[in-house]
Amino acid sequence: MNILIKNGRLVDPKNHIDDTRDIYIAAGKIIATSQAPAGFAADQVIDASGLVVVPGLIDLAARLREPGYEYRATLESEMAAAVAGGITSLSCPPDTDPPLDEPGLVEMLKHRARALCQAHVYPVGALTYGLKGAELTEMAELADAGCMAYSHADAPLVDTRVMMRAMQYAATFDFSVWLRPQDSFLARNGVAHDGEVATRLGLPAIPVCAETIALSTMLQLARETGVRLHICRISSAAGVDMVREAKKEGLPLTCDVSMNHVHLSEMDIGFFDSHCHLVPPLRNQRDRDALRAGLQEGVIDAIVSNHSPVDDDAKQMPFAEAEAGATGLELLLPLVLKWAHESKYSLSDAITRVTVNPARILNIDAGHLSIGAAADICIFDPEQHWKVEPAALKSQGKNTPFLGMQMLGKVRYTLVQGSLVYQAA
Amino acid sequence: MNNPQLNKNGELQHLLSTEGLPARILYAILDRAATFLDAGGHDEVRKVPLLHGKSIFNIFFENSTRTRTTFEIAAKRLSADVVNLNIGSSSTSKGETLLDTVDNLCAMHADMFVVRHAQSGAAHLIAKHVAPEIHVINAGDGRHAHPTQGLLDMFTIRHYKKEFHNLRVAIVGDILHSRVARSQINALTTLGVPELRVIAPKTLLPSHVDKLGVRVYHNMEQGLKDVDVVMMLRLQNERMQGAALPSAQEYFKYYGLTPEKLALAKSDAIVMHPGPMNRGIEIDSAVADGAQSVILPQVTFGIAVRMAVMATLAGV
Repeated sequence: MNILIKNGRLVDPKNHIDDTRDIYIAAGKIIATSQAPAGFAADQVIDASGLVVVPGLIDLAARLREPGYEYRATLESEMAAAVAGGITSLSCPPDTDPPLDEPGLVEMLKHRARALCQAHVYPVGALTYGLKGAELTEMAELADAGCMAYSHADAPLVDTRVMMRAMQYAATFDFSVWLRPQDSFLARNGVAHDGEVATRLGLPAIPVCAETIALSTMLQLARETGVRLHICRISSAAGVDMVREAKKEGLPLTCDVSMNHVHLSEMDIGFFDSHCHLVPPLRNQRDRDALRAGLQEGVIDAIVSNHSPVDDDAKQMPFAEAEAGATGLELLLPLVLKWAHESKYSLSDAITRVTVNPARILNIDAGHLSIGAAADICIFDPEQHWKVEPAALKSQGKNTPFLGMQMLGKVRYTLVQGSLVYQAA
Repeated sequence: MNNPQLNKNGELQHLLSTEGLPARILYAILDRAATFLDAGGHDEVRKVPLLHGKSIFNIFFENSTRTRTTFEIAAKRLSADVVNLNIGSSSTSKGETLLDTVDNLCAMHADMFVVRHAQSGAAHLIAKHVAPEIHVINAGDGRHAHPTQGLLDMFTIRHYKKEFHNLRVAIVGDILHSRVARSQINALTTLGVPELRVIAPKTLLPSHVDKLGVRVYHNMEQGLKDVDVVMMLRLQNERMQGAALPSAQEYFKYYGLTPEKLALAKSDAIVMHPGPMNRGIEIDSAVADGAQSVILPQVTFGIAVRMAVMATLAGV
């Protein structure tokens, strides 16, 4: 099927393009921009006048809740949410039930996702069996099944020898290891940043040193093993400083931050708003400013939705008992736009954090609109306001700290490999 | 941010915390409480028909005999119908959620809930959930707040010291885990106490305690010097497990209130304790039973203050 996207503002940071251009798509690929190829006859024309055309977004952290937590969300609901959010590639953490530690599970997930013909799913395999932190998984077999990297999700990995061995083994095959830095002893029972708000509300707290101590361990072991290390969900100013230094030193290191942490701080907990019970905890405003600065400088490479659908029953609890997590797939784009706007950052630079950079971290050919590239495309209206409310979200997870807020920027069309997988009503 | 305790007219809708309540509301409750006592501060034990026909549900998700009893007495003296539920041992252990339990009780036409729960924020959650004609009193949520205790402590201080604006007050003990301490601190700062001290080892202090408007001391001798009021906190035995303290003996030696340490305070200083006391751990019996102790009057005042809170919420 031949598709013409015309009159849109094309923003493609990798190719340094930001102007009005048409895109010609045939056989799932971009075959031309600006000039129509000879003999091109469009089967479908998308009029993108007043809209922005960008590479499909890539989200490095989206929990689809399958297998194991289908009461909370299903692949169907969450894949629909992804494309409604302009996301055309996503990677999912291994903390399903059972965890993604067997090639069969990964193949099943890939197969189920492929059958839905929506976004590309790139599973992240478990680093240890059952995420128990003891025995290594068959990483090479998991890679053959489709795993792109290995992580421990939010499960504790306390044994530093196991961590070192896992990194060495991954480095053997040049696999990357994705870890979220948090010392599990210091974080034990904690539900909020160890700061003013936790002091005031009497919430069990997680100090910043829980992040920096774990980060220091990870960085030293990465130095020792030469592994490609990706730091997930950095949350503190001190953590950003450590990543900056390690990058300067030349470690093969990348880093991401959750969109929630780019916009919120502990103050948003207010009077025990359990929507703000997140992992890692929302830290203070100085930390948030440092995360923004780190993003702008390139110390932090990517913004992730950290999509974690949680049902209402699990959220309607006292703060500490409420399950952590928030829906995110459909908020990623507007929250990136909001960050860019507030930081006076160009759209082109901003979207690298959800296109080019995560593609590089995943080591996939995506996140750009080059001639010959797969036509994974997001087309959005930059002027359209919409309100975050349960009915506006396709995800089965309706809980987010942004509930009730106005967002600017709404996805109108999403294409994956040249097929129109989402069109706004 | 709207204060969830006040209605749109600025009147008390729920009592969840002493934080953010204006001094006029605190004083109104203290004044009201005084009307339930005789001139000497003694309990008149009279029954008044103010809440006749109202149903008050004491829902305790965490065990407590004393607090529940004082709420029950207060409600009965106001002629309310009182239902006591120890949920710790019933519904939630069968899998019912907190809000399901509340919904069920609402369907039984509750007018007021008195709630105790082990998690900070539980009373806020319930207050947000119930219909606008239902009032919630927080009888202790996790480490967060115990506002009626805070208010009865204010009543006690006012009874003995008359004013707040010229006082030096010290709170001693496990501030980190104490909902009582947070409620005391918020009430005392609102009522204008110029010098509020906390005295504790670093392991029993929240990281940003100074932001609550207190001066931090780690040494009893320095912290108690010339204070007018000493407010002791209960030390839970489990603090010896989580590596917060080495032993009860060492704690008593450095942070227990003995007659020698009390002698550093002003000669007319009063000693308070929210109970139940651990004699020989945070307080010496000679102090607990001594002339400066006002621990038993606190209990009497507690009933009057809880009557005042219930009457205020009911708008009668």
